[in-house]
Amino acid sequence: MLKVILARIRQGYRTIKFPAAPPPPLPDRFRGRPEIAASPCPDGCAECERSCPTGAIARNRDAGGLRIARGAAASGPSMDLGACLFCADCSEACPRGAISFTRDYRLSARTREALAIAPGMRELALAGALEKKLRRLFGRSLRLRQVSAGGCNACEADVNVLTTIGWDLGRFGIQLVASPRHADGLLITGPVTKNMELALRKTYDALPEPRIVIAVGSCAVSGGPYIGRPEVLGGAPAVLPVDLFVPGCPPHPLTILDGLLRLVGRIEDTPRGRARRQEGGIG
Amino acid sequence: MTRDDIPLARAANGGSVPLEAIPSFKAEELSELIAGCLGLGLRLSAYFGAAPKAGRASRSARPPVAELFVVLADDERSALYAGRAPVGAEGFPSIAARFPQAQLFEREIFEQFGVEPIGHPWLKPVRYARFAGGELVQPTPNALAKPWVEPRSAQGEPIVPGTGDFFRVEGEEVHEVAVGPVHAGVIEPGHFRFQCHGERVFHLEIALGYQHRGVEEALAGGPDKRSLHYVETACGDSTIAHATSYCAAIEALSRTRRTARAQAIGAIALELERLACHVGDLGALSGDVGFLPTASYCGRIRGDFLNMTALICGNRFGRNLMMPGGLRYDLDDARAAELTRRLGVSAREAKNAIDLLWDTQSVMARFEDTGRLSREAAIELGVVGPAARASGLSRDVRFDQSSGIYRLSHIPVSTYDSGDVLGRAFVRHLEIQQSVAFIEEQLGSLPAGKVLADAADAERIALAPDSLAVALTEGWRGEACHVAITDAKGAFSRYKIVDPSFHNWPALAYALRDQEISDFPLCNKSFNLSYCGHDL
Repeated sequence: MLKVILARIRQGYRTIKFPAAPPPPLPDRFRGRPEIAASPCPDGCAECERSCPTGAIARNRDAGGLRIARGAAASGPSMDLGACLFCADCSEACPRGAISFTRDYRLSARTREALAIAPGMRELALAGALEKKLRRLFGRSLRLRQVSAGGCNACEADVNVLTTIGWDLGRFGIQLVASPRHADGLLITGPVTKNMELALRKTYDALPEPRIVIAVGSCAVSGGPYIGRPEVLGGAPAVLPVDLFVPGCPPHPLTILDGLLRLVGRIEDTPRGRARRQEGGIG
Repeated sequence: MTRDDIPLARAANGGSVPLEAIPSFKAEELSELIAGCLGLGLRLSAYFGAAPKAGRASRSARPPVAELFVVLADDERSALYAGRAPVGAEGFPSIAARFPQAQLFEREIFEQFGVEPIGHPWLKPVRYARFAGGELVQPTPNALAKPWVEPRSAQGEPIVPGTGDFFRVEGEEVHEVAVGPVHAGVIEPGHFRFQCHGERVFHLEIALGYQHRGVEEALAGGPDKRSLHYVETACGDSTIAHATSYCAAIEALSRTRRTARAQAIGAIALELERLACHVGDLGALSGDVGFLPTASYCGRIRGDFLNMTALICGNRFGRNLMMPGGLRYDLDDARAAELTRRLGVSAREAKNAIDLLWDTQSVMARFEDTGRLSREAAIELGVVGPAARASGLSRDVRFDQSSGIYRLSHIPVSTYDSGDVLGRAFVRHLEIQQSVAFIEEQLGSLPAGKVLADAADAERIALAPDSLAVALTEGWRGEACHVAITDAKGAFSRYKIVDPSFHNWPALAYALRDQEISDFPLCNKSFNLSYCGHDL
């Protein structure tokens, strides 16, 4: 018993202060939100498109099947963050070095369209909070049932890590629960294999209404590396209505936490918040 | 036959052999040859089908529908052997009843190519795959397995996983417990069917396939710009292990030499992956017996090891670190120093947390004698990795089939002989110490030079045509075996992945016999096998 107490003292208090304080620094090689410089491409160059493993970046056409509504798209390639694996192959391929990956970990959006990146864009339309009624229900207590539908266990692992003492998801009233009957929403990982479709639908049907769906990882958002493969359906949106998209392969735990906190309205993009983040040196 | 005159082609870990140098047998002969080798104490690393070579068909009255390939490992002599045989629609003799380690391989061949292992004691689908070679799988009428003669729909749509026959124990007081595919925790899907007498488990059958994404099918025709991503996500918690095997296979086929520095840093990443998973699993085991201190500390420390991988390459799971020919990121001096510092801190904290387990009687009482896998059963089932070593088998690719930096810098094989949950936990504990010492040694003497071989560009490397390459890597769960076969143009005509979980799932089922059903989570976590690595 004494050893247990001594170990407790030695291991210390380790929960991060985020979001009240800036999060712990991310590694310098971390690849977060990409930026495409608004400089014109050389004539006929499509190196980025050629290099991208998933078709997430495209010149002269809509990336990843996403309709990019901005006229700016004509001046350079556009990118679908939902299909991006953050491998930076495009960045290496671009002869002008016009594509870069910043250390901005904030990537979550409420709609698939908001994950489109056009040249010159320096800020995503980040996820806003749930509608008033849902927020009143889930804002202080959100219980999620996680379903892996073809996930490789990387997204699953980094969702799970949020429940450890370092992140302590429970302090926000967000909890991962065992039964869909006890849950307010589904957190889906994986490209949704045909072999998991039935189980996923049944789990969703078992959730009491109102219910929400969160897609974590590029597989669940778009199919990721498995886009177009006949064994998968191409992510959660192919099967269910999705309320929050969290891109990444896998997303950093901070990216997932940021998305969840935005959804329940605990992080809001006020000018003050933005200023504080910049002071913290993250981004 | 003795170990001196095995009539198969000698292969090396990370080496390639021209297909014409691999002796071809009749299917019956190959089955007997494999049985003979397994009888000598070799084990199956891979046994799979491939599309038959065109051209040879015309000479035979019954054209082959597949070509079988086998890779056998002789761990005592650090040797690998390869053989092959064309097989027709009439099937091939099963050896599964005599050598249980072959049973899942034979079922997979049946599922993927429709050729029947005749006499297989329990022939049913492995992954409920819908496509083989891009074609919708049609139920095979000559199959014994019910799922394939009773398709769910009239359209010939194959049935979903978890349906079909399960092994049943009959009796008035016997009941069946079905669990999954969706489990209580944040964990991948699989279906478990227990035959119970009260709390006591008579038999457990595990049905997988839910995670089947068609990784091997997608790799065929490659390598291309997606190949590495398929490999890295084949089993995401073993990204480095699988990427290492993939790169080694490509390098063997293209005669590319990885620099010493790239080998060393690659091995550091592989050991970091092992550290993160072993520490995390010891924490989870602690949580499963309700001992929260170690569970809490290890959960956090696991993240510290993942962050060390991210320090090297920006991603906590090592995505985009490995590439054929070397690495994408170098470990500069400042980074190596920071890694050394963090490793020291986390290793001390992990030891402090893990040592509590061995000092706590309530933990030891739950670990000891739970889920015992005897040495004999481990050999028969062909178990690999820490699960094999916990049953007293000295079986470790880093030592037995060493390649790369592991030929120069040996890691002692950690074994324990109890075969129970304690054994599997304690082997992890020993391996954590070995991995920390190995990384520290490597960081202290990193070879100078570049991390990428000249002219290494995944898409432009020309692969030797009509060849077979074998690459084994000891990931944290065990042997990640990759076999690449190229066609006349040097593209993959077949790319076979055998995740260690493919060998070990039946061992979990076996270890549950005569256990309390409430100990299932504990036994399961002590193996912690991969669903997606099995389902591919």
